[in-house]
Amino acid sequence: MDMSGEYLVPAPRQKVWEALNDPEVLKQCIPGCEEVNRTSDTGFDAKVAAKVGPVKARFAGAVTLSDIDPPNGYTISGEGKGGAAGFAKGGAKVALEDADGGTMLKYEVNAQVGGKLAQIGARLIDSTAKKMANDFFKTFSEVVGEGSEAPAAEASAPVTADHGKDKDMTKDGIPAENEYHGLHWTAALTTVVAIGSLIWFAMTALSF
Amino acid sequence: MPDGNNGTGIGASVKRIEDFRFLTGKGHYTDDIDRPGQSYAYILRSPHAHAKITSIDTSAAKAASGVLAVFTGEDMQVGSLPCGWQVHSKDGTPMHEPGHPPLAQGKVRYVGDQVAVVIADTYAQAKDAAEMIEVGYEILPSAATMDAALTDKSLVHDEIGTNLCFDWEIGDEAEVDAAIAKAAHVTKIDLVNNRLVPNAMEPRAAVGEFDPATGEYTLYTTSQNPHVIRLLMGAFVLSIPEHKLRVVAPDVGGGFGSKIYHYAEEAIVTWAAPKVGRPIKWVAERAESFISDAHGRDNISHAELALDKDGKFLALKVQTKANMGAYLSTFAPCVPTYLSATLLAGTYTTPVIHANVKAIFTNTVPVDAYRGAGRPEATYLLERIVDQAARETGIDKVEIRRRNFIPADAFPYQTPVALQYDSGDYEATLSSATKIADVDGFAARKAEAASRGKLRGMGFSTYLEACGIAPSAVVGSLGARAGLYESAEVRVHPTGSVTVFTGTHSHGQGHETTFAQLVSDRLGLPLENIEISHGDTNKVQFGMGTYGSRSLAVGGEALIRAVDKIIDKAKKIAAHVLEASAEDIEFKDGNFTVAGTDRSMAFGDVALTAYVPHNFPHDELEPGLDEKAFYDPANFTYPGGCHICEVEIDPDTGTVEVVNFTAVDDIGRVINPMIVEGQVHGGVAQGIGQALLENAVYDESGQLVTGSFMDYTMPRADNLPSFNVATQSTLCTHNTLGVKGVGEVGAIGSPPAVINAVIDALWDKGVRDISMPATPEKIWSALQAAE
Repeated sequence: MDMSGEYLVPAPRQKVWEALNDPEVLKQCIPGCEEVNRTSDTGFDAKVAAKVGPVKARFAGAVTLSDIDPPNGYTISGEGKGGAAGFAKGGAKVALEDADGGTMLKYEVNAQVGGKLAQIGARLIDSTAKKMANDFFKTFSEVVGEGSEAPAAEASAPVTADHGKDKDMTKDGIPAENEYHGLHWTAALTTVVAIGSLIWFAMTALSF
Repeated sequence: MPDGNNGTGIGASVKRIEDFRFLTGKGHYTDDIDRPGQSYAYILRSPHAHAKITSIDTSAAKAASGVLAVFTGEDMQVGSLPCGWQVHSKDGTPMHEPGHPPLAQGKVRYVGDQVAVVIADTYAQAKDAAEMIEVGYEILPSAATMDAALTDKSLVHDEIGTNLCFDWEIGDEAEVDAAIAKAAHVTKIDLVNNRLVPNAMEPRAAVGEFDPATGEYTLYTTSQNPHVIRLLMGAFVLSIPEHKLRVVAPDVGGGFGSKIYHYAEEAIVTWAAPKVGRPIKWVAERAESFISDAHGRDNISHAELALDKDGKFLALKVQTKANMGAYLSTFAPCVPTYLSATLLAGTYTTPVIHANVKAIFTNTVPVDAYRGAGRPEATYLLERIVDQAARETGIDKVEIRRRNFIPADAFPYQTPVALQYDSGDYEATLSSATKIADVDGFAARKAEAASRGKLRGMGFSTYLEACGIAPSAVVGSLGARAGLYESAEVRVHPTGSVTVFTGTHSHGQGHETTFAQLVSDRLGLPLENIEISHGDTNKVQFGMGTYGSRSLAVGGEALIRAVDKIIDKAKKIAAHVLEASAEDIEFKDGNFTVAGTDRSMAFGDVALTAYVPHNFPHDELEPGLDEKAFYDPANFTYPGGCHICEVEIDPDTGTVEVVNFTAVDDIGRVINPMIVEGQVHGGVAQGIGQALLENAVYDESGQLVTGSFMDYTMPRADNLPSFNVATQSTLCTHNTLGVKGVGEVGAIGSPPAVINAVIDALWDKGVRDISMPATPEKIWSALQAAE
């Protein structure tokens, strides 16, 4: 799955950057987020539970960050394991730019799903992920925004994009002051994509 | 042969006896079996197509609520799931036969491969606990397609060093090449026979049980052949002697081949039952069936047909790549070879044929026989290339078939690809079908459709199949590791009712009715006095089961032979009581009569005499009336016929509507016309499903992306027309019933008729080829490209 989009967050770039790096903010914005742990300077894992009707699964997501360039952007790669429900893995490239009314957040996601997620929901992963990403940003904007509701640019998805997958994920060359402290929002996005997929799977399972 | 017996004998459309329980929810399927103290198994399956298992942590799962045990491949060190047919490559080397462990040993090879089993008090507990198993995978590149596999860059089985399982051939390649070189015309075609998911209505299920008092294991399973499962699992996987292993296949809700094979889950529940000390039930969820039932078809072929200037076929050359999936399923190797390439003569006199089949391992679900098994693939190829040749040479597509038919007086007919057909009349089925389908009126219908903006096409298939599987000596010489005879026992009870034990297995075909009709016909008994018993290795002496349209032609013949032994013995008993010579006893309408007299004895009186032998020929006979027979056929049987499909295509949407379908089949003697018609309906529905709708698709990483009915399109009633079905039979010459078999003809004959009709409809628009399934998207795109 390839997806890219942009979202106008009604806050200054530095504030958006900090919020994206604040585990508490992210936990608030990811539905069902149970746990966030730091595993290394550039690695995190998270546990997210999703439940639709009688179907419930817990995703364990692990992400690694690279090309960290605060407050401009970075690259993330990671994997979300949903046990018997399957897995989602992939990468995302994120950039923050100043814009009228706040900060334009641009992202390019490349993800692959496997197991039941692919078997049952492959066809609808794209649209589900898009919806989930929009929902995430909406909440995020509300939390980070300075009280004023800024109009959101629609996520444009899916598109064919080659970014992410083959990106060099090495963290060589990252200056010490750029060392990352906090959970990156793309960790949330990857998890959100996985959850979206799972929810779709659950809905399909219900209808059969 | 007597015709009918109070309307219940041979030739009568008796309503199916078994349908009362099926239609009223009283069927007794494997999932209906609940044993005292039963526990439940959930199988954790690989989400990856190809990966090394670096670690498995089951500790949390073992500690979970209700969990009795968790086993991995490390715990389950047993034999390999065996392959029942050995094929040799053209250089004489045997096929590669990698191990097939019930639980993965260090590596998973397809999405769905079994990694661990959790056994718990309830299914929900087992399933929840499976979520807690932490499996470390090192993901490996996968060979998801046959072309990717042939590069050998990623090996499905490292130990064999190649993904090529075997490279087989039949026929004389040099002769064929010479004929092609000299031909007036050569038609070439490239075809894909799409991969199918069987989707029986009842998912697979198994209940394993162990009795520590007797040391006997019992396996209840959704099988088409319980004795074969007992043999394969007992002897090769778990080392349980057959007298300590009972396998029961009760009512089974559809098989279509997918329930022939010995599956890992059967071995897992049987092996684990004594370890947890309780019976264990496993039932597949539908999504699980998609990735664990053996898939069907999945061939890619290139074929060349050489013709002389008059359109006579001179030679056929076929090169096929056949997907085996990740492991060799029980009968996988014989499907694209001995069950397919040997059919390439079809109904035609093609003098020389050569076929080469490369069987390839890929990181996908194992592939095996599915309704028709190899014969639909051969038929599709042949009937497509014949149509193509007709178009290229300008000969009418019916005429080119007529010119090349094996004439009705040429039987027995030896083909260049091993088989010898015993009987058939292809002109007769073609003529009959063209009348029923009103072929003459097609042009007017096409014009009328055009006035509505629809593209109408008509397609033919004059197919042939080899079934009644099979002569043991023949298949043994071809690599089968089993004999394919059948057995029957006819047990007459003291008051004259009869229980028949058959080694075949009915999973929807109506054997309880058809077989009872055979007995009713022969013994003059009412149907209610006859019980057909099958599916339990502790009741039935032995059996090879049901597949390859064999039940009537092989199992029914065994039954008739046992009945005839009953009649022979009964005549001797009657002769003794009636004080006559056995030669003078006539048996008719259930009575034994001394010829030319009114001295007579009813069948029931003879039965009672056999069990209360106060006046009995003890010096000559043993008491009792119970006979057994094994029957090993002399040859395959060769049903054939003509299918004509008419479609209408909406050029704006690419949607195909099958508006007419005519099937005239030569299936030998018909025992129950209504059941025959039902079998043809079901087979044609499956054939139309393959041609227009069904397709199992893997992405390049080996994920099955059509893993539910949302993406895998099954045929539904509104995809099908009201079929015109008829029979036009010649009799099989080597069984006494003259029967040939009907279970697969619909699925074999119909796909090329449908696609030929689609191409016919699109031809004037410039479309020259459409592959299966002919989806609206594919047709619309082809129409746009052709414009």
